[in-house]
Parts: sequence; structure tokens; C-alpha cells
Amino acid sequence: MANIQVSTKINGDTYEFLCRPDETLLEVLRDRIGLTGSKEGCASGDCGACSVMLGDRVVSSCLVLGAEVEGQEVNTIEGMADGGNLHPLQRNFIKFAALQCGFCTPGFLVAAKALLDKNPDPTETEIRYWLAGNLCRCTGYDKIVRAVLHTAEEMRGQARG
Amino acid sequence: MKYLAPTTIEGAVRLLSEASGSTRILAGGTDTIVQLNAEQIEPDLIVDIKRIGEIRGITNENGGFRIGAAVSCAEMTEHDGVRDLWPGCVEAAGLIGSTQVQGRATIAGNLCNGSPAADSVPAMVAAGAVVRIIGTDGSRDVAVEKIPVGPGKTSIGADEFVHSIFLPPRPERSGDAYLRFIPRTEMDIAVVGVGINLTMDASGVCTAARVALGAVAETVLLVEEAGDTLIGTHIDDAALDNLARAVSAACKPINDKRGTVEFRTRVAGVLAKRVAKIAAERARG
Repeated sequence: MANIQVSTKINGDTYEFLCRPDETLLEVLRDRIGLTGSKEGCASGDCGACSVMLGDRVVSSCLVLGAEVEGQEVNTIEGMADGGNLHPLQRNFIKFAALQCGFCTPGFLVAAKALLDKNPDPTETEIRYWLAGNLCRCTGYDKIVRAVLHTAEEMRGQARG
Repeated sequence: MKYLAPTTIEGAVRLLSEASGSTRILAGGTDTIVQLNAEQIEPDLIVDIKRIGEIRGITNENGGFRIGAAVSCAEMTEHDGVRDLWPGCVEAAGLIGSTQVQGRATIAGNLCNGSPAADSVPAMVAAGAVVRIIGTDGSRDVAVEKIPVGPGKTSIGADEFVHSIFLPPRPERSGDAYLRFIPRTEMDIAVVGVGINLTMDASGVCTAARVALGAVAETVLLVEEAGDTLIGTHIDDAALDNLARAVSAACKPINDKRGTVEFRTRVAGVLAKRVAKIAAERARG
């Protein structure tokens, strides 16, 4: 299996890597680039732990081939904080204790940010449906939903302020 | 395995016609890459069709919409024109998987995967949608219901691929709807799915109706006898009872952990009544 050369932008930086044709974007991110924030839970698109932004869409990086991201823009959990300043969602996940083991957290944060970028004022129901593809087996869903609702309110306030 | 991403239709046709081993088309990848990861398939060649500009968009055509094979369900559900014209098809496409899956999955892929439980397929069959297939010999247009031939099997040749799916224009006073039964509220596979598309005249009498069922047979079924029960009626309670009987009679489901034969057969009739009511409401405006 000949390796493929791929050039892409990840979190704003240009990367060039070689990957096997059957290698997933998740494997590339973790094993070739060293960005281990995105997690592998199921490798079948069911758990959302590997969520990343591919262009303007949140996707499961286990269901994207590394070769597919040639010329595209990928954004991962590693690009979410602005240097040392956590994103409001990250801050509020800590404040609301919206994580227990933390394995699902990067995926929830990436997916929740995609929602708030698209809809700054989601209802609780909209949040629950949007995040239905992110599984938390510590079952911390309620605190996660509260943290997202609170962040949305906070960010709307800042936008007005 | 080789991965190639042609940028033209001709390029894709050439790759498929010259391929010596097994090939797979890659659109959204939400079935294909799952199967690759699980080593259920080991193709010699993957042809990614997402770089072909011509099939990446939704275009208005004679009052209907042509949905390119590389258009994601999210793009489809966000498209006001498609949502207004075929709300049932859009709802069905929107039920496929999670937000993450919606950003990648395509209705063309949902059809080509060949699952009898595919959500978008009964809605498309009810809509009378037409698939454009491209191959070495040129292109052919085929009714959606002619594509699935068995679980995981389609009538699309190894040297062919889906270019687009056409959702046709529709007469005034038409409505469509799709509902599925699942034991939870999200992220599940249909135990039964029902798509109905109908048209009424100015006095509220149904003049045309197509009823399609998912997950109750080896393939998605177009049940003409079920559509006939609605034609000539005001879609009143008696007509709905006849519809439910015709739908249940057409079911040939399997028993599995998600539903028994008896359950699926009964629920198909119940769902059909609900779907017909929604479609009729939409047709009345």
C-alpha cells in the first residue's frame, strides 16, 4: 500500500504528512501529527469522541480518511483555547463539573462549539439533539447540557456588551 | 488499496472502467469507512467522488431539485427550496445518524448502501425520485425503487456510480411525510419506516398517492395497493383504516432483536395512518 502525501491546515498551521490510503484522519491526527486530544471510542461513528471540524462541519474523524483532507481545513480541540485562555465552553465545563473521566470531553467541546457558532441561542432540546452523537458513559449529560446553555447565555451577553 | 479522487465525471468513469480489482465509491463515507475500519470490505481501489464539482451541489431543474451525489444531508436539510418542496424527504434525510454523520452522509450513499432500513429511501420512493447513474456507456435515469435488490445489494454496476438524485416538481396541493419507529428518540435504525406522498384536488379528494415502506422486507417496498386505498377519498378515518390494512398486508419482515414480525407488521399500519395525516395536512396547506 503506497503512502499518499497530503497537505492540509490543522488549527491554522500548514501540515504535510504521509498516510496509508486506509488510514483515518483520527489515526493521522493522533499517531502522525501527535494531536492526541481527539479520542477513539468506537471507530464506527457512534460515540463522537473523535469529533473535529472539517471545514465548517463537525464530523467524526474516525469516518474520514486522512487522504480526504488534502487542501482542506481541520480544526481540533487543541485549537480551541486561545493560547492560555480557555474557550468559554472549556471554562464552563470545568465550572459546572461537566466531565468525570474526561474521555468524551474533547468531542463534546468541539461539537458544542459548532452548535454555538451556528446557533448562539439554542434551546435545551436543540442542544440535546445536536449532541446526541456524543456519548458520555459516566452519564454526565445533564451537567454538560447546563454548561452549554450557560456558555451560550454568557457569550450572547458579551456579544451585546 | 489505492485511494484516488478524480475531479471530473470522465476521470471517475475512466478509473472505474479500467479498474481490475474490487472498487468502492466514497461519498460521505459514513457506511464505507465503517466497513473499512471493521475490515468487512477490502477494496483494491477507493474512488472519492467529492472533488467532482458537478455533483457537489443542489440545482433547481424544471421546478424540481437535483441533489448531487456528494451533497451531505446537512446541506440538504439547510436548503430552504428543497425543504419547502419535499419536506418529507428532508425530514427522512435528517434522521440519518448524528450531527457528525449528517455533515458527511449523503442520500445517494444511503441508497447505495442497500439497507432495507435506510431512512431516506422510502421517502424518495414515495416522492418518485429518479437516480442518475453514470457508467462507461453514458448515463441512465432510473426510479429509486429499482435500485435496491436485496439487503446490501443494488442494481448499480461495478463500473457505474450515482451522479445525482432528482426530486421532481410537484402539482399544487401535494404533501409528503416520513416517520420511522425507533425505541428511543435519536441515533437508531428504523424498526419500521413509512414514506407517503400524495396530491389532492381543490375539493380535498386525494388524486394520487404513493406509499413506501422501510425495514419490513428485504428491500424498501413501493406498495401500490396502499396508495390506491387513499385515491378518491378525503383521507378520512375509513380510508386510513384501509390504508393500514393494505400496508400491514404488504409487510414481509424478519424477526430480530429490534422487532418481531407481528410488531413490525402492526406498527407499519399504525405509522402509515400517521404519515398519511401529516402528508394530507401539508397538501391542504
